[in-house]
Amino acid sequence: MLENIYTELIAEHSQSRDNRRHLEHATISERGHNPSCGDEITLELEVSGGVIKDAAFNGTGCAISQASTDMMIELMRGKTVDEARRLAELFIKMIQGEVTDDADLDDLDEAAALKNISTMPARVKCATLAWHTLDTAIKILSK
Amino acid sequence: MDKNFLNDFPILRSRMNGHPIAYLDNSATTQKPESVVRSICGYYGGCNANPHRGVYELSVKATKIYEEARRKVADFLNATPQEIIFTKNATESLNLVAYSYGLTNLRGGDEILITIAEHHSNLVPWQRVAKATGAKLNYIYLAADGNLSADDIANKLTQRTKILAVTQISNVLGLVNDIKALAARAHEVGAVIVVDGAQSVPHIPVDVRDLDADFLAFSGHKMLSPMGIGVLYGKRELLEAMPPFLSGGDMIEYVEEQATTYAELPQKFEAGTQNVGGAAGLSAAIDYLRGVGFDTIERIEGDLTTFAVAELKRLPYVELYGCDAPNKIGIVSFNVRDVHPHDVATILDAEGVAIRAGHHCAQPLIKYLGQNATCRASFYFYNTRRDVERLIEAIQKVRGIMHLA
Repeated sequence: MLENIYTELIAEHSQSRDNRRHLEHATISERGHNPSCGDEITLELEVSGGVIKDAAFNGTGCAISQASTDMMIELMRGKTVDEARRLAELFIKMIQGEVTDDADLDDLDEAAALKNISTMPARVKCATLAWHTLDTAIKILSK
Repeated sequence: MDKNFLNDFPILRSRMNGHPIAYLDNSATTQKPESVVRSICGYYGGCNANPHRGVYELSVKATKIYEEARRKVADFLNATPQEIIFTKNATESLNLVAYSYGLTNLRGGDEILITIAEHHSNLVPWQRVAKATGAKLNYIYLAADGNLSADDIANKLTQRTKILAVTQISNVLGLVNDIKALAARAHEVGAVIVVDGAQSVPHIPVDVRDLDADFLAFSGHKMLSPMGIGVLYGKRELLEAMPPFLSGGDMIEYVEEQATTYAELPQKFEAGTQNVGGAAGLSAAIDYLRGVGFDTIERIEGDLTTFAVAELKRLPYVELYGCDAPNKIGIVSFNVRDVHPHDVATILDAEGVAIRAGHHCAQPLIKYLGQNATCRASFYFYNTRRDVERLIEAIQKVRGIMHLA
């Protein structure tokens, strides 16, 4: 059970520093927070012509929240805003157990590795924090 | 040899993720002995009616059970029944004091003094009172060993202080504050002392007269009782001078179109139908605790705490908080290096060990300790050395599972 959650892939992404930085030309900076556990991230997006040119974050939290954020950022770089929104919805549906077919989850790339979190209700919020934050950021941008 | 308490707590014989449960989250809530569960079933199965209102026998029975519970709580704390207000938990009790006493008596320029180790329930209401009245909210910070800074107490408890609100035992560090001394200091400067007893009343004998506490709040569910029943003790003359907190049914004397006179204590503070089943449970819980005895409770929890701290200190990758002071009981906060507490708690859960991870409703304290979160193991008299050993064994697996070993 735990081996399916705390995989080497998750460990690598949770410890990686590559995407932990401040974007000098960020279009939007959005803070995400789980008050019940203290997971906290600040997500930054640089958007131009409807495309996410770059993304980065800073934050503290459990391995699941930090790995999930790191994988999301790698997935989103170069995607259109519309596509990013679709993928965020897909990820949240995966974690909520609404989309289970692996073929449907291919588009999530490495982030599909978090699928097993859907069986751990206590950790769902950790996995989805970054993706909800992204969704909020895009909603603000689209206004 | 202590009695095998597990016979009284069937839930402690249950399994979690395939292992016998080691329940070490007693600061969050305790398990309930069969005698408490029976008392609740007995109330709803044979005595349920709305108390104080009906003239019929069943309602009289319900009233008797409710008021008998109040007398038992009063006796337990060395107070009088008029000074015991039933609430739903310590949070509501503290809000009652903040709104009814604080909003009425504080003015701009007054000061409220609390400690950095307060639970949010003894912190957020005072922030709101300070905002509403223009009073200033000051903090007592900690000395190196985690105890309250004597300098801060000396310098910040002044003639301007109108309320000193302090926990008797920190829910994160498990350190026991000297309430009797703090009460004496508060009274010297003319302040009232509000004591959060949520972590103390279940674990050590509390005598409100001896402490000279003005107000003291606690929750039933942290001392073997059902959730939804709590207590506020207040000195009679203070409660009598305070306006009601909630208003409506059962707390009135006469209601006219434009004006109302209120009932006597304690009904003045108990608006609406109360939790009689919960009070019956609390009454049975007090009987159970008296049967065990606080000498035994303190001895068992002291032994478990000392054992846990000693074993955790042997693990070089574990950092402990507030574990070097002698006045500590029942609660051990720690972190495993490079692993977030939530991941620790998930790994312990898989081993059948239940602990709390996070900020424990004490965000300012966790920040003051320089952390984002901690793990917390908290004991009650029904825990055993084997529970502590299982905690240690599970912690030893954490760094390996996280690919850090």
